[in-house]
Amino acid sequence: MLLIAKRLAGALPNLFGIVLITFLLTRALPGDPAAFFAGGAGSQEAVEQVREKLGLNRSLPEQFWIYVKDLARGDLGQALSTGQPVGAEILSRLPASLELVLASLLFSVSIAIPLGIAAARRPNSWIDHACRLVTTAGVSLPTFFTGLLLAYVFYFVLGWAPSPIGRLDPYLSPPATVTGLYTLDALIAGDVKLFFAALRQMVLPVLTLGIFVLAPLARMTRASMLSVLSADFIRTARASGLSTTSVLVRYALRNALLPVVTTLGMVFSFLLGMSVIVEKVFAWPGVGSFALEALVASDYAPVQGFVLTMAVLYTLLNLAIDLLYVVIDPRVRLGS
Amino acid sequence: MPNLLPARATQQRLAIKKVASGKSFWGHARYVLSDNPFTLVAAGLFTLFVLMAVIGPWIAPYDPLATNVGPTLQPPSASHWFGTDSLGRDILSRVVVATRIDFVIALSAVLASFVIGGLIGACAGYFGGWLDRIVIRLTDMVMSFPLFVLAMGIVAALGNSVFNIIIATAVVNLPFYIRVARTEVNVRREAGFVEAARLAGNGDARILLLHLIPNAMPPMMVQVSLNMGWAILNAAGLSFIGLGVSPPAAEWGIMVAEGATYIISGEWWVALFPGAVLMLAVFTFNLLGDGLRDLIDPRRRT
Amino acid sequence: MTSLKRRSLLKAASLTPVAASALAVGEAAAQDRKDTLIMANEFGPNMLDIHGLGANRPSYGVAWNVYDRLMTYGRKKLPDGSMMYDYSKLEPELAERWKMDADGMGVTFYLRKNAKFHDGTPVTAADVKWSLDRALGMGGFPTFQMKAGSLEDPSQFKVVDDHTVHVKFVRKDKLSMPDLGVPVASIYNSQLAKKHATEKDPWAAEWLKNNTAGGGAYKVASFKPGQELVLERYDDWKSGPLPKIKRIIQRDIPSAGNRRALLLRGDIDMTYSLPPKDFADFAGDKGKIKVTSLPVENALFYLGMNTTKPPFNNVKVRQAVAYALPYDKIFDSAFYGRGIKQSGGTNDPKTPAWPQPHGYKTDLARAKQLMAESGIGPIETVLSYDLGSATVGEPTAILVQEALAQIGIKLTLNKVPGATWRAALLKKDMPIILNRFGGWLNYPEYFFFWCYHSQDAVFNTMSYKNPTLDKLITNARFAESKPLYDGMVKDMIKLAYEEVPRIPLVQPMMDVAMQPNITGYTYWFHLEPDYRQLVKGANPAAA
Repeated sequence: MLLIAKRLAGALPNLFGIVLITFLLTRALPGDPAAFFAGGAGSQEAVEQVREKLGLNRSLPEQFWIYVKDLARGDLGQALSTGQPVGAEILSRLPASLELVLASLLFSVSIAIPLGIAAARRPNSWIDHACRLVTTAGVSLPTFFTGLLLAYVFYFVLGWAPSPIGRLDPYLSPPATVTGLYTLDALIAGDVKLFFAALRQMVLPVLTLGIFVLAPLARMTRASMLSVLSADFIRTARASGLSTTSVLVRYALRNALLPVVTTLGMVFSFLLGMSVIVEKVFAWPGVGSFALEALVASDYAPVQGFVLTMAVLYTLLNLAIDLLYVVIDPRVRLGS
Repeated sequence: MPNLLPARATQQRLAIKKVASGKSFWGHARYVLSDNPFTLVAAGLFTLFVLMAVIGPWIAPYDPLATNVGPTLQPPSASHWFGTDSLGRDILSRVVVATRIDFVIALSAVLASFVIGGLIGACAGYFGGWLDRIVIRLTDMVMSFPLFVLAMGIVAALGNSVFNIIIATAVVNLPFYIRVARTEVNVRREAGFVEAARLAGNGDARILLLHLIPNAMPPMMVQVSLNMGWAILNAAGLSFIGLGVSPPAAEWGIMVAEGATYIISGEWWVALFPGAVLMLAVFTFNLLGDGLRDLIDPRRRT
Repeated sequence: MTSLKRRSLLKAASLTPVAASALAVGEAAAQDRKDTLIMANEFGPNMLDIHGLGANRPSYGVAWNVYDRLMTYGRKKLPDGSMMYDYSKLEPELAERWKMDADGMGVTFYLRKNAKFHDGTPVTAADVKWSLDRALGMGGFPTFQMKAGSLEDPSQFKVVDDHTVHVKFVRKDKLSMPDLGVPVASIYNSQLAKKHATEKDPWAAEWLKNNTAGGGAYKVASFKPGQELVLERYDDWKSGPLPKIKRIIQRDIPSAGNRRALLLRGDIDMTYSLPPKDFADFAGDKGKIKVTSLPVENALFYLGMNTTKPPFNNVKVRQAVAYALPYDKIFDSAFYGRGIKQSGGTNDPKTPAWPQPHGYKTDLARAKQLMAESGIGPIETVLSYDLGSATVGEPTAILVQEALAQIGIKLTLNKVPGATWRAALLKKDMPIILNRFGGWLNYPEYFFFWCYHSQDAVFNTMSYKNPTLDKLITNARFAESKPLYDGMVKDMIKLAYEEVPRIPLVQPMMDVAMQPNITGYTYWFHLEPDYRQLVKGANPAAA
């Protein structure tokens, strides 16, 4: 318990630093939001008025203090281009991004781990080399290229994949919001047809994102599996006559998965970052595409909110992984 | 290729290896290369790319910036092996010349973060105290941002240019090198050979530069290759969202980003050739990274 | 009954409603498809209120379809069969008739008695006054648009009775009447809006960003900014013939390649944001996808040069540039022929038509000679263009850079994103730029008033100041007779072309691509889709 509390407390200064960096970064964005929103024929006085309204003519430390105060109240500011409160926008769009990222994680884990295990069982065989080649190829192409290529081949040419038109076919209406994840909500509502419709729309973007992170996962699985399989206790288990499956699954895998869990953190970071691009390619209404539009318009509040959200998510995830380690690895629990 | 400085400690390690395995460094290298054929292929490709980066502008058949050297959007033909783009520019020439820009971006960014990160991390690990604590805090903060998001923010704030892309990539990669250098130096701070050097009258700077840092380098070097591949992909991603290099520069990423819109209308060659070469380059870096890891630290072989 | 049989019977019984509902859903879906139009564009409206600060172009489309105005424009059929609005014919919309004052300094509008807003409230003159006052009171773009028609003060709008409104003119301006038919002059449900107004926000600006208070042919069923806008037909619409299509779904699809793919596979019905190449491809390959094209009125894509600072304050340099530009290459490679080339005409116009091509054409020898005459040596400067129009802007910039290098002008290219572009345009410190300007009201003097007059509006990106031209513009705006007016306009154009602070390159085309079974598309000056005229026929042989 104390350990968990300590870890949580350790993350706080981090969060402050994130807020500071985010603020500085977005205030450094070029462009004058005041001029942008003064509209087409804004004269200099009109621009000054808007600047006053937006509070942009105060000193930087003052602006930062106001920002922190608002943040403490949960107020992330207003998106100038839509006039919507940023917090609400991000909350409404976050489930879409999370659904994508989580599904991609699930997909790549379910492919990379078996692949890694297979490669570890027969090191330097053709399976091993094939695994290395395939996963490295996946991580060597820019995500937008993979995405557009997949859309071209599987949607446009073959017609197998559904249209890259967003989360749901335009003729269907989304399920009642419980979690915000269409697939889960559809299941909760008992609407199987909707569940599959939402799932279908996810195929291409999930494939695009997932292919990119196969490599680190497969590689780490292979490496740690290899080192575990050469350990003494495995030899003992085999010598005692236990079947290969039970040796693999009950003994080796559990131990081998520990470093893989650490890699999950890095993988998640990749996925969060690349989701911005995938959302643009597949018209996925997540926080990434929201931030991208805002970035181009020098609309700093959404960009700030987005960067902050991503960083906080990532920090929380790393915390979760740390805590997971404490729970599942007795050495960490007892050792420290 | 890794540049192992002849620091005494490294020589000691090599000497031990020599005695233990009965092989020289090159013998070991040959063994690793034969064990994993891909490393050999990767090394060869890497040399080819470096060659192209150096002599590219001279061997390109056409001026990569000249428009209308051929009809626009022509498929690959005898006079234009990779076809032409929407402004009638020869794609082969542009791809060849782009090698230089991409390698410069990748190399500069990674070198900058390697050197600066290595120095900062080493100092933090050696001197400890408040310097160490500050460095750790800052590193953690930077590492809290998903890499691409941070790069996006930095380039958007500073402006589209090759220089800013290099800065963004370098910043994003700094934390890793800082951490590794810090750990490696920290672990060896009290080691015997360091004590010996200190007793011999070496100042802190000499100890750091000549003894500790060279030992920290091997695990960092492995990451260098992987980071170079990632730097190129990063630049491509930035180009796609409009934050890449300025036109009319020929850079693989921006050529793929522009060519992507022509895939659906059937002009596949505009995106495919730069994309294939980009993929090959990143692939090479990744495989090379694997090979370097095998070479330098067999325990960490994946 | 054995347990097995009972189980299977139960199973069948439980599946039947599922099967039945699936069938029903299937049927409903097919019916849906016929009555729904799916439009996909690069981006959609960022708010639902055209008067709002920073409202983007697609939000003008929302105003057009969801709100009524006092009058609208008629339509005319062009020789090639395409429909466009007729700016010379004003027709009743909310006002069923109107009467000009005897002295021509005002007009009285008589509103329909049976018109109701979407929430059932009857439309009254008070709503009209509140709405027109709002357009003036909110500031920014709506205010200056109203001013363009000499509608400047709330005192000009008077409620005579529940269904009569009088508008006073402060001067004789031929644009006053047409200005009352533009999207900015939309009529809001003032009672509904006032319920959401506050002391600090008397115009209910906050609430109206995401909600509507309209009475137009369509109402907003759902709005998710950045994703989708769904419109549903307002079946009680009285201001015109009821539209044929019941439901409109507008989706934001940022990737141009995907929009093309979706269109070709029949998954969307219509789009108007595609790169010119795609339109050229579709137009050339008749049958699969229908493309309607009309030149955008009173609009030009141009190269502008800052006339207040060297080197472009020297007219010979500007003329040299005008002779060096590769007009044909730009037209072919950047625009794929989608537009009207603006070179190869004359610098001494014979007609007051606008836009009309200037007399410059690619002549490098002449360009080099003019550069020599100017006495200015080699130049190094920066050519800027904005990210938003990069599809045509970037290839043009590259071609311009290449061409000007040959006459001793070395350009570095600078792609500028959204907000920075507006700010930079306002600051007027970019030496040479690529930009586009278009005016809603199709009069040359209107264009010149914003782009060449020394009042130095933001659209006068070249900061061009010439008192002679100012006089010509003013005379043209208020000319009393047609021959006088024509003469002024011709002189205006002649001076502008001789001085050439901006070099028109192409008059862009308004291209819209749609499935062949969509008919009724009409070109409107605001360039947004008017769904009220569209008809979706029987399904074509789908892919």
